[in-house]
Amino acid sequence: MTQDIISEKNLVYKPSSLLTNTTFNFCPGCGHGTVVRLVMEVVEEMGIQSETIGLSPVGCSVLLYDFYKIDIIQAAHGRAPAVATGLKRMLPDKFVFTYQGDGDLAAIGTGETIHACNRGENFTIIYINNGIYGMTGGQMAPTTLPGMKTSTTPHGRDVATAGHPLSMTNIVAALDGSYFVTRQSVHTPAAVRKTKRALRTAFESQKLNKGTSFVEVVCSCHSGWKMTPLQANRWMEEHMFPYYPPGDLKVDGRQLKIGNDLSVVA
Amino acid sequence: MKELRLLKGNEAVAEAAIRAGADAYFGYPITPQSEIMEYLVDRQPETTTGMVILQAESEVAAINMVYGASAAGRRVMTSSSSPGISLMTEGISYLAGAELPCLIVNVTRGGPGLGTIQPSQADYFQSVKGGGHGDYRLLVLAPASVQEMADFVALGFDLAFKYRNPVMMLADGVIGQMMEKVELPKPLPKRETVEAWAVTGKTPERERNVITSLNLDALKHERHNLKLQAKYRQMEREDTRYDTYLCNDAEYIITAYGASARISKKTVDLARDKGIKVGLFRPVTLFPFPSKELATVSQHVEGILSVEMSAGQMIEDVLLATRCRVPVRHFGRNGGVVHAPGEILEALEQFINSKEKQHQE
Amino acid sequence: MARIRGAIVVDAERCKGCGVCTVSCSQQVIILGKEVNSKGYYFAEAAFPGKCTGCANCGIICPDGAIKVYRVKEE
Repeated sequence: MTQDIISEKNLVYKPSSLLTNTTFNFCPGCGHGTVVRLVMEVVEEMGIQSETIGLSPVGCSVLLYDFYKIDIIQAAHGRAPAVATGLKRMLPDKFVFTYQGDGDLAAIGTGETIHACNRGENFTIIYINNGIYGMTGGQMAPTTLPGMKTSTTPHGRDVATAGHPLSMTNIVAALDGSYFVTRQSVHTPAAVRKTKRALRTAFESQKLNKGTSFVEVVCSCHSGWKMTPLQANRWMEEHMFPYYPPGDLKVDGRQLKIGNDLSVVA
Repeated sequence: MKELRLLKGNEAVAEAAIRAGADAYFGYPITPQSEIMEYLVDRQPETTTGMVILQAESEVAAINMVYGASAAGRRVMTSSSSPGISLMTEGISYLAGAELPCLIVNVTRGGPGLGTIQPSQADYFQSVKGGGHGDYRLLVLAPASVQEMADFVALGFDLAFKYRNPVMMLADGVIGQMMEKVELPKPLPKRETVEAWAVTGKTPERERNVITSLNLDALKHERHNLKLQAKYRQMEREDTRYDTYLCNDAEYIITAYGASARISKKTVDLARDKGIKVGLFRPVTLFPFPSKELATVSQHVEGILSVEMSAGQMIEDVLLATRCRVPVRHFGRNGGVVHAPGEILEALEQFINSKEKQHQE
Repeated sequence: MARIRGAIVVDAERCKGCGVCTVSCSQQVIILGKEVNSKGYYFAEAAFPGKCTGCANCGIICPDGAIKVYRVKEE
């Protein structure tokens, strides 16, 4: 009955042709997979495959280059913004993006992130915040929530000894070098469409050379959180969003006020 | 027409980098080598050769910027000193693992820890035996004059690209800070070649390029490691460099590199004036170490005095080169003290006397 | 009145049976099937294909890029 519909001319959605045939190595339902897909959809729609170079981190997405048909550099843990700085300074007219997790960007790479954004390096940072170190087996990350159980906070993160959840996106938004700073998610179709638009805005902003574009995507890590994928997405809405509220923090170089973010100036 | 200048070693490196058509320099301030970046930014090469100069937030960031620029196939360099090189060492291991060429100038100072800002050669092991994690080596050039500080820049870039491996110029505070007459190399034309392996954006006519040092398949990674080892063997065959002074009739030999070699040369003259037949063997590449050449030169000598501003590190390579068939003794001041020619002469004479006493017993 | 009909094709080998598409489908068309792929995952399938409108919610959220979506408008 529906077989007649399935033909090339009726195709309305298919994964980007810039993806290789390699199946993703992420856990079932992981937001990484969705974002990894969206980035290539944006690159393909902008027609910039030959102009784009990606940087993969150390973390769940370290094998990004197995999935992408573009040139890629795999950077040392936390150093992608510095590597991207060296690359973009050599190839100022190419599109460059880093793809990093919260351990990579907000822990070991804090310095590189802040200084690249402070210099207003003209590339896009894609930052997956799932509140945990996924690849190494679920340890606490700087973004882990108070009381949240991980393999290194088995009794729940105690802020008195392990510090508070760190929002790099707010810090980056406050730096004069950042131009477009947003926080998104991919746990519902509507959120996915918004994230794709945000990624497109970020890549397009590289044409203006007015500063760093920074797209945080709050994702679930159900393996680390020890839930099913669907439970994890619901848990994320209830517990992660209060700390990391989705929305644009900075557009056209101007900071915006979102949610209950006290640290954002209008 | 020769261009002669009176320059510090550090300044000679900077001037030579611009003339060698370097594409970028990423660095961080640290005594005793900050003049390199200061000289470069003052000359504003971005307006002439298009060379990018950027001061990073740390040595860790600087070496990773080098990684990114090198991945684009460009001639990129950095410079630092001992503690800074320690911070860069993870990045250097990545550069070697990913087969990325670059030039790293290391103007060493007294350690360990914050140590001193005076010169020292106590980073030999760190620079010559890899220094970071994994089986890798840097090709290490040891300049002993401001002239060599200038000449080794273009040479270093060429060797880095020949082997797709980082090259280090291992100088020290003496060589970096001293001023000397130097003939400046002629500016090289801008390099237009695009390296086939570089990431510049995947165009339809080529497969995409990936710059990585990661390999989760152990057997594949073993093959990669053996490929790196083959490079080091090739370096040993083709690019070993050394210098000798009055070794032909020598009964004793001083082995020394960099500043210690300069000082020891004076000792050789002082000793010769006193009728002591001593010569100087100066390794110019510390890796690949001139083992065969040292073995040949020291076949018929009574003993070797290994002179280093350290507790003795290169001495191990001297012993290995001579298979311990020749008595080798260490002499060297530590921590940042620079030994004087006379002190070395005293050490040599003590060494000779102790040898003769052995003969009589 | 023009009627829109849709259809999806699931790449059984890429699907990991995470179920995200099943809750994203506005028409509750998709379920996790009874068969498993070579990795042992119960892959997704359109249980009620007639109700599919081709809105592509499933395709755009799939973390493995396993779903293609087709749509046709019929007079």
